[in-house]
Amino acid sequence: MKDGYKLIYKRPKTLLSTRMHYCPGCFHSTIHKFLMEVIEELEIQDKTIGVCPVGCSVFAYDYLDIDMQEAAHGRAAAVATGIKRILPDRIVFSYQGDGDLAAIGTAETLHACNRGENFTFIFINNGIYGMTGGQMAPTTLEGQKTTTCPYGRETADSGMPMKMAEIISQFEKVAYVERVSCDTPANARKAKRAIKKAIEFQMQGLGTTFIEVASNCPSGWKCTPEESLKWLEEQVFPYFPLGVFKEPAKRRQ
Amino acid sequence: MGEITFMKGNEALAEAAIRSGLQGYFGYPITPQSEVIEYLAQQKPKHNYVLIQAESELAAVNMLYGAAGAGGRVMTTTSSPGFSLMQEGISYIACTELPCVLVNVVRGGPGLGTIQPSQGDYFQATRGGGHGDYYTPVLGPNSVQEMVDHVYLAFELADKYLTPVVILSDGAIGQMMEKVILPEPIQYKPNKPWATTGKTVDRERKILTSLFIQSEVMEKRNLKLQEKYKKIKENEVRFEEYQIDDAEIIVVAYGLCSRISKKVVEFGREAGIKMGLFRPITLWPFPLKQLEEIASKDRVKFFISIEMNAGQMVEDVKLAVLGKKPVYFYGRLGGIVPTPEETFNAIKEKLN
Amino acid sequence: MPSKGYVEISVESCKGCNFCVIHCPTECLALNTSDTNSYGLHYAYLTDEEKCIACQNCAVICPDAAITVYKKAKKKAA
Repeated sequence: MKDGYKLIYKRPKTLLSTRMHYCPGCFHSTIHKFLMEVIEELEIQDKTIGVCPVGCSVFAYDYLDIDMQEAAHGRAAAVATGIKRILPDRIVFSYQGDGDLAAIGTAETLHACNRGENFTFIFINNGIYGMTGGQMAPTTLEGQKTTTCPYGRETADSGMPMKMAEIISQFEKVAYVERVSCDTPANARKAKRAIKKAIEFQMQGLGTTFIEVASNCPSGWKCTPEESLKWLEEQVFPYFPLGVFKEPAKRRQ
Repeated sequence: MGEITFMKGNEALAEAAIRSGLQGYFGYPITPQSEVIEYLAQQKPKHNYVLIQAESELAAVNMLYGAAGAGGRVMTTTSSPGFSLMQEGISYIACTELPCVLVNVVRGGPGLGTIQPSQGDYFQATRGGGHGDYYTPVLGPNSVQEMVDHVYLAFELADKYLTPVVILSDGAIGQMMEKVILPEPIQYKPNKPWATTGKTVDRERKILTSLFIQSEVMEKRNLKLQEKYKKIKENEVRFEEYQIDDAEIIVVAYGLCSRISKKVVEFGREAGIKMGLFRPITLWPFPLKQLEEIASKDRVKFFISIEMNAGQMVEDVKLAVLGKKPVYFYGRLGGIVPTPEETFNAIKEKLN
Repeated sequence: MPSKGYVEISVESCKGCNFCVIHCPTECLALNTSDTNSYGLHYAYLTDEEKCIACQNCAVICPDAAITVYKKAKKKAA
C-alpha cells in the first residue's frame, strides 16, 4: 500500500483464493463474494453451514471457507432442514439455482417455506440450465431461446416462467423475501444488504428468508457479459421485478 | 435388566429408537408402518428429539442426510413404495459415508401393491437399491423383540462403519404384538469429527459430498467403500441355526418366514424327516460361507428357500451353495403369508 | 496532485468481463486488449490513477473479487 492511503475494500478472507470456475461476468461469483463478506462482517464463520445444489454452483464448497454439505439435485431445502433442526443455533443457508429450486426441488422448497424453516435461501435465477449446457429452465422467459426450446419458449407448451419470490412471499411463516440483482454497483450493494438482512433475520429466529437473485448467464444466453446486463435490464426485470416482497412486520431495533 | 412389556412391532421399534438416543426422525406416513411416527409424535413431549412429518419420502431421506451430516443420531421408517422413493438419498448417504438407520416395513408390490406383509424388497435392499456401487448392511428381524434389538444394532453398525443401515422388516412383524424386553436407554455421546457443525479456527472446513468429478478421485472413493464392505462382510455376518446338526434338508428363511419355517421343521421331525432351519439375520452381508459349509456335508440332500416373494433370497442361497446341492424355492406372493402346512407339503414334494 | 484513491486489480483473478470498466464513473479503468493473463483472458487495469475517486463501484461489481481499493487517508488535525 502506498503511503498516505488506507485500505477500504478487499476480497473477503473467507472467499478462498482458489480461482472460481464460473464464466466471466457470472453473478454466481458476485454472490459468493457478498455471502462471504456478510459472514465475515457478522463474524459467523464458525457457526455457518451451507448447502450447495446440483447446478453451476455444485462446487461452491471449493471457494467458501465454511462447513458445507452437497445436496442431491433439488433437495437442498430438505438437507438444510435436517441440518438446522439438529443444530438450531447455527446459521444455515441453501444456495440453489432455478432448475434446482423451482423445477426438481419445488416440493422441498415450498414445504420448507411453509414450515417456516429458519434458514436462508439464496436463489440464483438466471433463466437457464447453465451447467448442463443451456437448456430451458422453469424461469426461462417467454420467447427466450435455449437448446431445448431453440425457437423460443412457447408458453402454450411450457407454461409461464415461475415467479418464485412472488410465490414464496405468500407463505405466512416466511419472514423476508427480496429479489435483487448485481447488474449495477447500486443493485449489487442492495443485493449484499439483502443477504445481510436475511442472515440477521435468521439469527433473530424470524423464519424463512429468501433472496432471489435475478442473475445472468452470458455463456448460456450466448452473449457477452456486458450484453447480459442489457438483457437483464430490458427483458428480465420487467417480468421479474426487483424489490422487497415481504419483510418482518416488526423490525427489531 | 430391561423393562418387560407387551407391544406392537412398529411401536417397539420406535421406543427402541428413543432409548438408543434418537436425535432426529424424518418420515412420511405409509401403511403398514405409520405407528412408528405416531408413537414418536405421542412420546415427543417427554424427550428431546426432532420429529418432522416430511412432504414426501424423498424429502424425508434428504432431511436424514442433512441431519446425519450435522452429527445427529437419526432414523427414518417407511414401507415399500416409500423405500423406492428413498433410494436416491440412500445412494448419496452411502457415498458421503453418513451414519443413519432406515427401516422398511415391507408390503406387497410391485406398484402400489397391497398393504399386507411381503418380502418383495429383498433384492432392492440387499443390492444397494439406488444407483452406483454400494451396499448397506441389512438386518432382518423376525420378532417384536428383534424390532427392538436391531435398532440398537443398526445404530451401532451405522456409527462404526459410517454407513446407512437398513432394517428390512415386514407388515406382519410391524403389526403383531408380542412380549418384549426393552433395554435400558443409552446415554448417547457421539464422537463425529467429520460432521458439519461450523468451521472453528482450530480446524479445516468440513465438506460432505458424494461428488468427485475426476474419475481417479471417484475411483478412490469407490475403493474406500469397497474396503469398508469387505470389513463388514468379514465381521458382521449374523445368522441363526435350528436343528441343523443332523439335518438332511435345509430350510432357509428370514424374517416372518423363518418363524413359519421353524414350525415346518417341527412337522418334519414329527414325520421322521430330518429337517433343519438356517436363518440369515444379516441379509447383507449374507452368510455365504456358513451355507457353503453346510452344503459340503454329505448328509445334506437339498436346500429350500421359503419366502414371501417370487424367489429373491434363493439366488443368494444358490450363490452360497455353488451348485453342490440342489436349491429349491417355495413362496407366496402379493401379501399372502404361506402356512406351515402348505410349506411342509411343498417340501415333501421335493423329497419324491 | 495526489489522487483520492487507487485500485489494484489482480491480473490472474480478472476474467475480463469489463463490468468495472463500464461502471467506473470517472472512466479510469480499461481492458488490456493487447495482453492476457495465464488463462488467456484480457484483464482490466487502472489507466489514470489521478482520476480514481475510490468509490468502490468497480470492486463491488467485480464478480471475481479481483479488485482492492485504497483511499487517501485524511490528514490528522495538527
